[in-house]
Amino acid sequence: MSQSELTREVARRVFASEFNDSTYTFKESDDERAPNYALLPTGDRANRVFVVGTLTETEDVGDESEYWRGRVVDPTGTFFVYAGQYQPEAASVLRDTEPPAYVSIVGKPRTYETDDGTVNVSLRPESISIVDDATRDRWVVEAAELTLDRIEAFEEWEAEQEAPESGSTAPTNEYAEMARERYDSPVVNYRNDVIQALESLETVEEEEQADDPEATI
Amino acid sequence: MSDVRQHADDIHEQFSDHLEDVSVEDVEERLTTLVDEYKVPIDEARRSVTNHYLEEAGLEREDISSGDSEKANVEDVDEPEEWIDLTAKVIELWDPRSDSVAQVGLLGDPTGTIKFTKWAKSDLPALEEGGVYELRNVVTDEYQGRYSVKLNSTTVIEELDDDLEVGNDTSEIEGALVDMQSGSGLIKRCPEEDCTRVLQNGRCNEHGEGEGEFDLRIKAVVDDGIDAHEVIFDKDATEDLTGLSLEEAKDMAMDALDTTVVADEIRDDIVGTYYRIEGPTFGRYVLADDVEELDGLVDAEELLIKARSM
Repeated sequence: MSQSELTREVARRVFASEFNDSTYTFKESDDERAPNYALLPTGDRANRVFVVGTLTETEDVGDESEYWRGRVVDPTGTFFVYAGQYQPEAASVLRDTEPPAYVSIVGKPRTYETDDGTVNVSLRPESISIVDDATRDRWVVEAAELTLDRIEAFEEWEAEQEAPESGSTAPTNEYAEMARERYDSPVVNYRNDVIQALESLETVEEEEQADDPEATI
Repeated sequence: MSDVRQHADDIHEQFSDHLEDVSVEDVEERLTTLVDEYKVPIDEARRSVTNHYLEEAGLEREDISSGDSEKANVEDVDEPEEWIDLTAKVIELWDPRSDSVAQVGLLGDPTGTIKFTKWAKSDLPALEEGGVYELRNVVTDEYQGRYSVKLNSTTVIEELDDDLEVGNDTSEIEGALVDMQSGSGLIKRCPEEDCTRVLQNGRCNEHGEGEGEFDLRIKAVVDDGIDAHEVIFDKDATEDLTGLSLEEAKDMAMDALDTTVVADEIRDDIVGTYYRIEGPTFGRYVLADDVEELDGLVDAEELLIKARSM
């Protein structure tokens, strides 16, 4: 039994807006096999994520061998998914799927720095599956819930920092602390993204309930 | 009596058989130094002082009793390094992987099951599968969130005549199936009596080369965004989940001259889907007894209210 099976990394639920801001990566130990983590701005670490969204475009951007790029859109932004010869199954899904389609992706965050020094975050898929709209909506709600949980923990920790004398027993939150050191974007932005994402679901429901087709325009 | 004095007494008591020329005052002084001068929390100070005397006496932590082990049920175990007494049945004995371990296996009582380890150097009587025992002075341990108990040289084992009903730790998981592991799909099991090992490249670890009997199973990871749970679907659960019977799976493999087509087909069907799974836990696995695909609508209203009010 391999070590990786014993300590399987959980797949975080992160909206695209937060995922693309997760530009700082780190390891927890000096061991060269130690897992890489992306630091989520809401104060958690992610070695793996599970996302569901709409595959809107696919393109083979490889030179000598196939290297597929897919754009996967959620209510807050776009995940950039890259799969090449080392991800043959995921690459074949990108090759064979006609966009638009709902897909779910299990994968790992990867960062790369462009010539002008910007750090881009992309998603390297372990698997890509075609799913239905119910699965997509369920993911939006789940990602919203878990993102709010992270924000709540972050804000509790932050309040504790500002009023250390109050004797509150908020737990230490090492990733919130790291996020505040590394990132400028305030967590309230991600709360607004959550609201926007959930509202987008509501609109869909209202449209479906409307009898008059004109009402959807 | 002061707090520090009480702890000093406890520590002194633990070492009374091993270190004759250490007085309670010596112990108290060491504790006081750490607590008062170096502002070390009392629990940490106690741990540190205990370690000091362990080293001095050339002992391992398991060799001393805490003097105050408490009667506990399996479900109560939620801290490492607690000294407890259990009344439990030996459900299973496993093969020890190391010479330092005399016996390893699964204990159960009406509240659940827990792994146990018995060290070779503790020189304790052997436990038998199916036997019910009173185990006094065992110490709890934790590894990656999973608890176990260790039997040590201070443990007292008493066999009881009564039988004991063993309860299941039932888990309910709701999450996305994010991975299907190797050893899933159409597999072959060793045909020897009482051996159900899965053949690896046509070989059983115990009985060598063999024909093998076909079986269906899935080892999957169901992830709720907080924890990744390993779930096993046996033949019936696999057939229910995939709609693919063992006979159909054999035909598929026969046509393709390859058993892996079955796993590929199943993987495409289930990975990336949300499920609710209920079943007993065995070690780190959950056995899928009751499986429901979550494909209904979810309500976002309540969350939206919460988000807006934050």
